[in-house]
Amino acid sequence: MNIAVCVKQTPDTETRVKLTDDQKAVNESDINFILNPYDEFAVEEALKLRETNGGEVTIISLGPDRVKSAIRSALAMGADKAIHLVADKNPSDPNAVAGALAEELKTGNYDLILLGKQAIDDDHAQLPSLLGEKLGLPAVTVVVKLDINGDQVTAEREIDGAHEIVTCNLPAVIGAQRGLNEPRYASLKGIMKAKKIPIEEKPAALAADQLEIESFNYPPEKSAGKIVGDSADAVPELLRLLHEEAKVI
Amino acid sequence: MFTGVDFFLIDDLLSEEERKIRQTIRQYVDEKFLPLAAEYHRKADFPLSVIPELGALGVLGVTIPERYGAAGLNHTIYGLAMQELERGDSGLRSFASVQGSLVMYPISRYGSETQKQLWLPKLASGQAVGCFGLTEPDHGSDPGGMLTKAVHTADGWLLNGSKMWITNAPIADVAVVWAQTEQGIRGFLVEKGTPGFRTQTIKGKFSLRASLTGELIFDDCLVPEANLLPEGKGLRAPLSCLNEARYGIAWGAIGAAMACYEEALDYAKNRIQFGKPIAGFQLTQHKLVEMLNEITKAQLLNLQLGRLKDQGKAQYYHISLAKRNNVDQALKIARSARTILAANGITDEYQTIRHLLNLESVFTYEGTHDIHTLIVGEHITGMGAFR
Repeated sequence: MNIAVCVKQTPDTETRVKLTDDQKAVNESDINFILNPYDEFAVEEALKLRETNGGEVTIISLGPDRVKSAIRSALAMGADKAIHLVADKNPSDPNAVAGALAEELKTGNYDLILLGKQAIDDDHAQLPSLLGEKLGLPAVTVVVKLDINGDQVTAEREIDGAHEIVTCNLPAVIGAQRGLNEPRYASLKGIMKAKKIPIEEKPAALAADQLEIESFNYPPEKSAGKIVGDSADAVPELLRLLHEEAKVI
Repeated sequence: MFTGVDFFLIDDLLSEEERKIRQTIRQYVDEKFLPLAAEYHRKADFPLSVIPELGALGVLGVTIPERYGAAGLNHTIYGLAMQELERGDSGLRSFASVQGSLVMYPISRYGSETQKQLWLPKLASGQAVGCFGLTEPDHGSDPGGMLTKAVHTADGWLLNGSKMWITNAPIADVAVVWAQTEQGIRGFLVEKGTPGFRTQTIKGKFSLRASLTGELIFDDCLVPEANLLPEGKGLRAPLSCLNEARYGIAWGAIGAAMACYEEALDYAKNRIQFGKPIAGFQLTQHKLVEMLNEITKAQLLNLQLGRLKDQGKAQYYHISLAKRNNVDQALKIARSARTILAANGITDEYQTIRHLLNLESVFTYEGTHDIHTLIVGEHITGMGAFR
């Protein structure tokens, strides 16, 4: 099975985000970048499918030079090959990213395209669907269970309050959700082996962004909490506040 | 998630792969080991589930050649791995130290090809566990005086005697045992289940509780000729193994020290007394700075020691100096961190007390602090004070 996994490099989940002075971008100077955690599920699923069906796993990532580190992390988990679509920066428009990835994916004759259901930085969660559209392939996303039998795909996806079971044929695009599997740790040997795998570089065929970031804002400062009482008598007031002020129930 | 302590940007001296390897082990310890640590420490047991996980990571026998299923990497990487494991618990690091440096290393260096093929892949993957029997109830710092004897007979070697304070003894599939013979000290691979060989678990430990320690007892235990380590002769052979393990301990102790420092720093910033965080008091700052000071010096010592070892230039006295300094400082750091945590520092809700108790053993095992002092003393003066 010839599998492509599209991965994104994102800031570490523990990053304290700082904005640039014009508030149009995130200041990257102190950021520790990692492989997007949802993409780790995609890599793991690809490796498991390769273990059962044979074949090859190719990692594809788009972005500036620093994304090579995320590519190496995916290779260290056990992927076979990698392509880096070189761009000056990560585009802010997922449509532009999907277009460039689709151009590359068309040339690879892949049976399956896996990726995380979303990236933890910009949270667009659009890429699996956009890729399906651009490649004319079935796309199933937020997938928590994947079975492939011949070219028959059965995918279980999370929907509001239930799971939906979807079938389609290969080739297909699958967006991985947490719960699909437990990603393996890169082993010491894997990390050293990944160093020796050449990463093929190609210019990213990026169309102009159609989305423009107007500005980023920090979340509002948390205000002080309120104690409404210390006995059961306070429950009605607590319920009222949770409903009317906090609007959480 | 532990982010490490790197006050002097020492990370810049590591390769990208070395940093990635440290990160993968760090993440493993955070996600898989630390959730178990306090519970296993409390019940004085070792979580067996981690053994195959350590094997899959590749931290069992880091420097043992790849053709035997191990990682085949440099000593600096081995050191970083021990540092990260001991940031979890000295018991976790002890498991990996013993398996790698005290079991796989002697088999790899002194064993026959058959012994290597038989044991090394299983030990690397964690399918088999090993232990190392040198210390005896009455011979600790003076192993040359050991009483365990192996007599050559027509059927093999007849072992009699006992070994004490043996990490992994209760769960070992194979013990590397050193005994007096007519040819001087020789090493044997004694397999679990060999008639005349039994183990006994040491109970009541207040240190290294999340590690299994025991006694090896040999009572007319017949070991086949094929289980003699053919290349290891004399006390030099087991001492060479200890040298490997001590090297890892020098790194490991600083892992424990970093865990204590980080916990104390975090606590000091959040604990309010007299209307301000205790981190704002001069005495607390002094303690924290002393900790960081010693951690930073030890990190540089370790890295240089690792690079020397990778170049084949590290001598036993370099390793002795690093072991004695780093464990001693780690123990002082753990004690100081405990005073910052104050009453909270005596419960296992915080990790410092566990590290503090563990380090009391680490201070003593693999060459006591005093013995390492005398090894360096002998080297610089030319006068042996203990032999």
